[in-house]
Amino acid sequence: MDGPITPQAAERRRPPVIQPGQTYATVTDKISSIVLVRPTTPGWLAGFLVSFALVMLLFYAIAYLLVAGVGIWGVNIPVGWGFAIVNFVWWIGIGHAGTLISAILLLLNQQWRTSINRFAEAMTLFAVACAGLFPLLHLGRPWFFYWLLPYPNAMGVWPQFRSPLVWDVFAVTTYFTVSLIFWFVGLIPDLATLRDRAKKRSSRILYGILAMGWRGSALHWHRYQTAYLLLAGLATPLVVSVHTVVSFDFAVGILPGWHSTIFPPYFVAGAIYSGFAMVLTLAIPLRAVYGLEGFITMRHLENMAKVMLATGWIVAYGYVMENFMAWYSGNTYEGFTAWNRIAGPYGPAYWALILCNVLLPQLLWLKRVRTSVPALFVLALVINVGMWLERFVIVITSLHRDFLPSSWGMYSPTRWDWATLFGSIGLFVALLFLFIRFLPMISIFEMRELVSESPAGD
Amino acid sequence: MAQVFYPSTNTIFRLCLFSALFLIAFLLWVLATLQRSSYMTEANVEQDQPVQFSHKHHVADDGIDCRYCHTSVEASAFAGIPPTKTCMNCHSEIFRDSDYLSPVRESFRTGQPIRWNRVHQLADFVYFDHSIHVSKGVGCSTCHGRVDQMPLVRQVVSLQMEWCLDCHRHPELYLRPVDQVFSMEWQPPSDQPERGRQLAKLYRIRSVEELTSCSTCHR
Repeated sequence: MDGPITPQAAERRRPPVIQPGQTYATVTDKISSIVLVRPTTPGWLAGFLVSFALVMLLFYAIAYLLVAGVGIWGVNIPVGWGFAIVNFVWWIGIGHAGTLISAILLLLNQQWRTSINRFAEAMTLFAVACAGLFPLLHLGRPWFFYWLLPYPNAMGVWPQFRSPLVWDVFAVTTYFTVSLIFWFVGLIPDLATLRDRAKKRSSRILYGILAMGWRGSALHWHRYQTAYLLLAGLATPLVVSVHTVVSFDFAVGILPGWHSTIFPPYFVAGAIYSGFAMVLTLAIPLRAVYGLEGFITMRHLENMAKVMLATGWIVAYGYVMENFMAWYSGNTYEGFTAWNRIAGPYGPAYWALILCNVLLPQLLWLKRVRTSVPALFVLALVINVGMWLERFVIVITSLHRDFLPSSWGMYSPTRWDWATLFGSIGLFVALLFLFIRFLPMISIFEMRELVSESPAGD
Repeated sequence: MAQVFYPSTNTIFRLCLFSALFLIAFLLWVLATLQRSSYMTEANVEQDQPVQFSHKHHVADDGIDCRYCHTSVEASAFAGIPPTKTCMNCHSEIFRDSDYLSPVRESFRTGQPIRWNRVHQLADFVYFDHSIHVSKGVGCSTCHGRVDQMPLVRQVVSLQMEWCLDCHRHPELYLRPVDQVFSMEWQPPSDQPERGRQLAKLYRIRSVEELTSCSTCHR
């Protein structure tokens, strides 16, 4: 241990990002065979069917909503923003880990991102798709959703550009577009691998079209690297900007508990927090079922746990500051709202959120917990629930106590609220099932690059 | 196994991607055009009526003023559809045996009003008042066209919100002297913007901000 520790030496002492003994061939075989060779298993089919049943529930709930209107939900004055907005913020937050992993960690040269970036990006896309549903369904007349877009319409008016709800439209559509392109560009070399290895003619044609004529020439790789880096640069500000704009939906509103400058950073940290919890929720079963422990190693799980611990503390700081400012500002309404959150009718939801988001995640300080797969899985689920509760507390408690006590009310979700929430989870899971069946869930070519780091390859 | 694709596929693929841009632009153009077409707005579609009443004949040939039949146009939101009695003022004397007029005579005898078919159907969520427009120098023909040349009345404008806003944003382009409001021949003079501004001042027409405020028309 004498002398300065070089980065290389420090790197060697850490657990590996890829299991020793992997070669180019084993990496390619292992990952591509999940799609090409492995038959459709009863487990996959059962999981897909359950999630697909939930998708049908979602469609049923949406169809009834279109027929009967938003009155089927529990929303009313004073709580006009119910589950739809809670779910929107929750889903869009979950997407953030994918972009952080794929863009920022790429630019920071963090090699451990390689084996989780592909499905984290897919998770981002599917989460944003689920998120995008809710504000549209919440519109009252969802079939006029395109009125949100600035186009030369026959009404001769533009959307209200001073409204954060219009900023949302731009933030979310930009986010979805950039995420989709980034994910697809990252897939191209792997799609070419699948095209070359597929046995069936139909698969060869399908993957061939998607691979867009990739031949793996030096020129292709050169352009590919340039494009991928540029896209990573484009996606990087989105990690921060999207949830900032979402937080403006609240912060711009002059309502106690919402009108606060801490909202943008606090929302972004919360988004990354919940996003990493969701990546862990997905990664742990995936590596167990498909035997990918060699690619998604303990080091990945531990790193993600550390990110969760750090962002969890930023979120906790947000909770503390909200209450501190409510007291320190001396504002009667802020003070009342803060106290109402803690001790009002929705107090149990607030304390459940503190338990899920602040208290239980402190277990991650222990290395024993960070390296225990079941403990991590349970904690990830707890944080997912906690982050959903956070949005519930923010949306509902600020609204249900109006400035005039005569306008006070309570919000309780109806069965249609629950059907839409669980239906959207079903949609998310069903899309993931399709993804792992038809596309390589780990980037094959980037893992091959990592092979040279594997001790056997030294 | 033979290759599925040939090098030429790349060119075809690029062509497809390139033409997709034009296809999307074309589809958007089709949608925008369809939305403003007569199919959607019913502009320039002649509506059948229970009586073959010709505005052209009554206005141009006979020289009857609009207000002879549409009596409430200066005083109320609704311009007014004349009762059968108004028809009979003349037609108890002239064309009294004409077959064309038998529905009118039938209506007069039974007291059942003639059920005319509406030509200008404004959406129910729009508050529109004829009297304010007429008294502030908006002429009949500005919105209804040359009714004196229409055997069967048809809507000549889209009645879409962008059409309303054209005038509410630039009223000076359409205002005319009060004595010209019921004239069918009036044409804007070459210095219309300047004259229009003076008229707007004279009529004390409110600012564009007020004219285009949501609740001016959606109350």
